[in-house]
Amino acid sequence: MALALALDAADDPADHRPWLWVQDKAAIRHSGRPYRPGLPAALRHRLIHVAADRVEDALFALEEGVRCRDLAFVVGEVAGNPAALDFTASRRLSLAAQRHGVPLWLVRLAARHDLGSARMRWDVSAAPSPPPRWNADAPGDPRWRADLFRAHVFQPGKWIVGHDGEGHNLATFSPDHGGVVPGAGDRSLAPVPAIA
Amino acid sequence: MAAWCPALAIDRWHLCRPSPESSERSDQPLVLVGETAHGPRITAASAPARAAGAQTGMLLADARALAPGLVVHPADPAGDRAFLETLALWAQRWGPWSALDPPDGLIVDVTGVAHLFGGEGALLADAKTCFAARGLAVRVGIAPTAGAAWALAHHGVPGHRIMEHDADPLIVLRDLPVAALRLDHAVELLLGRLGLKRIGDLAAIGRAALARRFRDRRAPAANPLVRLDQLCGRVPEPILPVVAVPVPLVQRRLLEPIRHRPLLDQVLADLAQALARRLEAMGQGARRLELALWKVDGDVLRRPLELAAATRDPAHITRLFAHRLDDCDAGFGIELVRLSAPWAEPLALTQIDLDAAAEAHGTSLSACIDRLTARLGAGVVAMPVPRASHVPERAQRWIAPDPAHAVQEELAFHARPLKLLDRAEPIAVIYQAPDGLPRLFRWRGAVHEITRAEGPERISPEWWREKGTARLRDYYRIEDSTGRRYWIYRRGLSGDGRGGAPEWFLQGLCA
Repeated sequence: MALALALDAADDPADHRPWLWVQDKAAIRHSGRPYRPGLPAALRHRLIHVAADRVEDALFALEEGVRCRDLAFVVGEVAGNPAALDFTASRRLSLAAQRHGVPLWLVRLAARHDLGSARMRWDVSAAPSPPPRWNADAPGDPRWRADLFRAHVFQPGKWIVGHDGEGHNLATFSPDHGGVVPGAGDRSLAPVPAIA
Repeated sequence: MAAWCPALAIDRWHLCRPSPESSERSDQPLVLVGETAHGPRITAASAPARAAGAQTGMLLADARALAPGLVVHPADPAGDRAFLETLALWAQRWGPWSALDPPDGLIVDVTGVAHLFGGEGALLADAKTCFAARGLAVRVGIAPTAGAAWALAHHGVPGHRIMEHDADPLIVLRDLPVAALRLDHAVELLLGRLGLKRIGDLAAIGRAALARRFRDRRAPAANPLVRLDQLCGRVPEPILPVVAVPVPLVQRRLLEPIRHRPLLDQVLADLAQALARRLEAMGQGARRLELALWKVDGDVLRRPLELAAATRDPAHITRLFAHRLDDCDAGFGIELVRLSAPWAEPLALTQIDLDAAAEAHGTSLSACIDRLTARLGAGVVAMPVPRASHVPERAQRWIAPDPAHAVQEELAFHARPLKLLDRAEPIAVIYQAPDGLPRLFRWRGAVHEITRAEGPERISPEWWREKGTARLRDYYRIEDSTGRRYWIYRRGLSGDGRGGAPEWFLQGLCA
């Protein structure tokens, strides 16, 4: 989740359009609602949040958001493997996103791998953070273990991703495949299956 | 003002015939006949015919027996009616609205208008002049009420056709016959048999007697008392005015006469678009269209077109006319093209174009929010804004989406999680020492080992808002062995005298 945000925050700091965050009820119960003071400073004032009751409503909201030209990007959070989110729905979303050029990040919490038509499908989990400089006992900058297991144009691979020190850009810390570094996030229309 | 054209049908017949000799016009014993079950019956007769013995309502055979030289033509009641409607619109030159008084009269509201024409006498004279210029014989009367004006126009003495504003109509009109009350023929006959021949007679016998005699007559035309009250203005008499409906019409006057078909097609496409805009502004769609082409030599080509359903699609209109223009001969050129829709029906605006535009260019933010709100409910779509509070769950509130929402200075917090659970969930914690850093915790049935922890960050309750027994919170940022980050707190201190042992809660996640 944070990875999705980080990718897009890194994407275009000069963009001032609002963005949409759609959650279904199960996702809210599973991991809570967005908390404004904890969001990146560049994004927190532009958030529009949709708390959908059902997965169908969440999918509708996602599609509406993707079709809206005034949104910077759309984040969807769906927990588990609901029947409504099948390959057809996924294909519908990626076609709409492709057509209108609005990036869509579909985060699937606690889900197993399923059929999906996203351009890139990541399996993201947390990774232990490095010790911070001043307090070795405190949690450091977040790191993620990102596994690109299905992509249209890129080679699948595994990376450890995190912020590079002071900057807000992403960096890879164990580039075992070389090549697609954070640029992989570049304008992708990627539902991200993630295990939070 | 009431205007009565006593010979409307005859005058109109003469106007429709191009017979310039006025002497011949007036000398002809002309009658107009309508077909009835008993044969042709006279519906209108000119003055010479009347002098010869032909009366309105007479069978044509009887009239021929009296006057063999009658000139007979069929009557046209529908045309007369249409003519009267145009006449009513034309009569709005004397007042803001006018009404029909079938079959051959008009009522014009001239309240407060007479001074524009130089007084009521001048207004009457002007009306007479204008009607005469149109070739219509007319009798006009002006009175405070429609009924009195009608009586003056139909039965008034020439020279006394104006009733003053403050005059008593029962005195001014007392010498007029009861027929001036616009009564049915049967009622007139009855009153005649009762010996009541003039309005003055009716007024003299008293209201009670009239009311009793005509108590079961509801219709105004059958009840002399109601008509008398309408004449005096004691009861209202609503009148249905005639309203002109403008025909949607667009035209192009061409700088250079066009002689070639592609240019004409271009002009037609422009006209169709202009007409569509005009119709859209009126909320109507055309059922009948007429294209008129004025040629340089004065000839006019007309191409009418009827449509199955109301439409204002310019491409459709252009395509339909394209087939009708194949046979038109431009001659020396066409200098004026006019497209009109004489028959239009209400046609609501449709959203097809909007959807198509949304499909092509995406929707606007407000449209998107509207659609989401309409489908999902009002409180579902929301936007977080900061609130001046240091208690984490109170530090933000949700409002309806408004990207332009201005916020004041926000409180700067140390480190906050990305997401907050709706309700902090209790966890079981094992810690190294009382009030020390936690070591293990159990949440949702799983045990997490804490490898990193930072804290405490002590957050006091808001004493101005909460009860005095509210306990403070010590917040810890923790990371478990797999790298997941949580935000947990301990509520209260052991031995703070505000409850038992402190409890632990998990409130936020960093996903």
